[in-house]
Amino acid sequence: MSHNSMNLKLNVWRQKNAATAGAFKTYEVNDISDEMSFLEMLDVLNEKLIVTGDEPIAFDHDCREGICGMCSLYIDGKPHGPWQANTTCQLHMRAFKDGDTITIEPWRANAFPIVKDLTVDRGAFDRIIQAGGYVSVNTGNAVDGNSLPIKKDDADASFAAAMCIGCGACVAACKNSSAMLFLSAKVSHLALLPQGDPERKSRVTNMVAQMDKEGFGACTNTGACEAACPKEISIANIARLNKEYLRSGLTAE
Amino acid sequence: MLNSKIPAGKLEDKWVDYKGHCKLVNPANKRKMEVIVVGTGLAGASAAASLGEMGYKVKAFCFQDSPRRAHSIAAQGGINAAKNYQNDGDSVFRLFYDTIKGGDYRSREGNVHRLAEVSGSIIDQCVAQGVPFAREYGGLLSNRRFGGTQVQRTFYAAGQTGQQLLIGAYPALERQVALGNVTMYARHEMQDIVKIDGKAKGIIARNLITGELEKHFGYAVLLCTGGYGNVFYLSTNAMGSNVTAAWKAHKQGAYFANPCFTQIHPTCIPVSGDHQSKLTLMSESLRNDGRIWVPKNLDEKRKANEIPEQERDYFLERRYPAFGNLVPRDVASRAAKERCDAGYGVGTSKQAVYLDYAAAIERYGKIEVSKQGLTNVSIDEITAMGKEVVKEKYGNLFNMYAKITGENPYEVPMRIYPAVHYTMGGLWVDYELQTNIPGLYALGEANFSDHGANRLGASALMQGLADGYFVIPYTLGNNLADEIYNAPIPTSHPAFEEAEKVVAERIQKLKNINGTQSVESFHKRLGKIIWNECGMSRSEAGLKKAIADVQALKKEFWSDVRIPGEINEYNPELDKANRVADFIELGELMCVDALNRNESCGGHFREEYQTPDGEALRDDENYMYVAAWETTGEHQWQLHKEALNYEVIKPSQRNYK
Repeated sequence: MSHNSMNLKLNVWRQKNAATAGAFKTYEVNDISDEMSFLEMLDVLNEKLIVTGDEPIAFDHDCREGICGMCSLYIDGKPHGPWQANTTCQLHMRAFKDGDTITIEPWRANAFPIVKDLTVDRGAFDRIIQAGGYVSVNTGNAVDGNSLPIKKDDADASFAAAMCIGCGACVAACKNSSAMLFLSAKVSHLALLPQGDPERKSRVTNMVAQMDKEGFGACTNTGACEAACPKEISIANIARLNKEYLRSGLTAE
Repeated sequence: MLNSKIPAGKLEDKWVDYKGHCKLVNPANKRKMEVIVVGTGLAGASAAASLGEMGYKVKAFCFQDSPRRAHSIAAQGGINAAKNYQNDGDSVFRLFYDTIKGGDYRSREGNVHRLAEVSGSIIDQCVAQGVPFAREYGGLLSNRRFGGTQVQRTFYAAGQTGQQLLIGAYPALERQVALGNVTMYARHEMQDIVKIDGKAKGIIARNLITGELEKHFGYAVLLCTGGYGNVFYLSTNAMGSNVTAAWKAHKQGAYFANPCFTQIHPTCIPVSGDHQSKLTLMSESLRNDGRIWVPKNLDEKRKANEIPEQERDYFLERRYPAFGNLVPRDVASRAAKERCDAGYGVGTSKQAVYLDYAAAIERYGKIEVSKQGLTNVSIDEITAMGKEVVKEKYGNLFNMYAKITGENPYEVPMRIYPAVHYTMGGLWVDYELQTNIPGLYALGEANFSDHGANRLGASALMQGLADGYFVIPYTLGNNLADEIYNAPIPTSHPAFEEAEKVVAERIQKLKNINGTQSVESFHKRLGKIIWNECGMSRSEAGLKKAIADVQALKKEFWSDVRIPGEINEYNPELDKANRVADFIELGELMCVDALNRNESCGGHFREEYQTPDGEALRDDENYMYVAAWETTGEHQWQLHKEALNYEVIKPSQRNYK
């Protein structure tokens, strides 16, 4: 294993809160090991800021293993940074080299207001789920798990859509700030399973309406969302969403 | 002696009888009753959703920006259930037995049997919610085997079972939010319990965005706030996972049980340097197919692939031929530590062992060849086919390893080392999941009750969902039925005012210290003390030293910590300071508990108490009890014991050989 260390310049977006204007601020970090994760590099900077009496940079993060969806960051113009199929917390400093300048911004979307610095409010996603991202089954109603065989291919495709971690990279990557990939992942997850069938029409209609209400933009099929998605959620889900939406509008209840 | 309120009667009838006779709250009264749920992982989300469905007015709190982020989401391998779908001899009794034995005979029979009984319903419920579990080509559910068992009873969704289960429970919760039955308070952290006339009647919560304190009344308070593994600083827990809610309850009089029972998971990615902020688990499911080994030669310089078969020591297969690589976690961890301490470790730090997939890749490749009826297949083609099979089973885990280490685990063995993963200890609860404070409950990892001194793999998800979906809906009603005569208490009540004042003063005190060292630096130092002296092995001298060190650290923290920013704003450093202050106090209690328990059992290994071949040596005569600690002052605790009565199972020395 290599243990190269590097010196870097960081352009970081600082903003006290949603009501105050923000600006880029430049920092230098030295002796960064290439074995560190990107967030550990920010930890090093924050430790330095705290000890010197400055305010540390606020950023969202929790599991640091690429599954909770809490971390974000727009790194050098890309959501979650330069690696494919990756979250910021799993990005490691091997991706950079000595002397690099790295620009770090928050997710930019009207539907994701800034909380502070690099932290944004993604409550809109929860409200989209509230509009129908579930099967309406109360605890205790279930029949035996094996009483309903599901084709392996359907189960696998449903799982591939259900892998969405709700991080919002798709919205951040989209020039229109559309949430179609996020929404389509949830609609597909349930549309591919017999359990989701009874509510499929109302689900898609209500969830799309909520998405529009939250202020997300329209989808123009540029595919930036798919390219940025850490879990490689396929844009084919958006096609499925459109089909489901059309179907719910054209056929009677 | 503490009374666990286990119902009388035969083991298999206890829960059935309880459900048949417990008191109910009628729907009109449920509508009037507010219940507080703190934490929205599997236990909290399932409890909040189920109670909302039943008609209670639920207030749910989480410190993350959404309930979907709770750390249950990171569970990888699977969830156990006694379905016997594989026709391999599984049953409720066998799951119960494996769990008791796996816990090294330090858990309660009644609770564990109930857990095994409801395990099947959990799978049914999750399937009904649309959780996409792995399936076979016939369309039915797939299973795999986990440690400490000889049957395949683990249900899974690739390597992200926790995520998929939470994506069943979280929308169920959001559905209740949409229906108005649950009010969700995200980015809120509980700061204290409010007690009135000895009963828990609410909480003080802090809005983490504005810093404001809020008072919330509830007829009951459910703590579903997970474990305290982050006391070690480095663990597989999320950065925000903390003990604060449970610790505040403890300071208000709730007993903290078996705090020294912590689980060190054998297969984690090793520490790479001082910058490390967390450790990443590689699922136990990898031990199904991977083989664990170290070189037989001291000072081995060759790369793993260059070491011939006869010069490798498959130490788990050697020591435990019956269970092989799938011995329980505590056993596997200690065996790896033993080899590394003896100088056989691998990698630059020498604190790692190999987890090797070469044999599995070849085996799966050959199976594919015979499935497809191919002949004259080269070894390269077999390997390629085998890699595809392994990729389907474990692809996301292999990718994760590659990203973190920069090595390709399909080509070279993974390097792994044990790391803190789970805490079996927690708030003491009775059969109804109620703490010794009436109205205060603890569910999931936050309580202590089901896993004894060591949890088996794929049982945490099972317990969290059992508590939330299938236990608390009954036991809460049994207690709230008597509360219908009491009117809700307004939060202008002096007890709420006083509790809020105490919380505000503590935060102000922390902020006013204005010292020179960061919160993080204190947390790291605490972690090192606890890992070294109260980690994989413990000794009397080490624990005594650790207690003194933690006490000194506490003093230093409260006189020299530096918290930047303001109180009344979004201030993650302040949130962290609040949590670390509690971790420091807990760390001391863990050492006190470990020092008291003069035996080795499960994850608690006292160097003084071991068999000649290095296995844990229990002392059932003197320590077959739950150690429940009551706080009586600074650095002072009183021990209360709950005797563990084994009526069905006869405790013996665990044997996986």
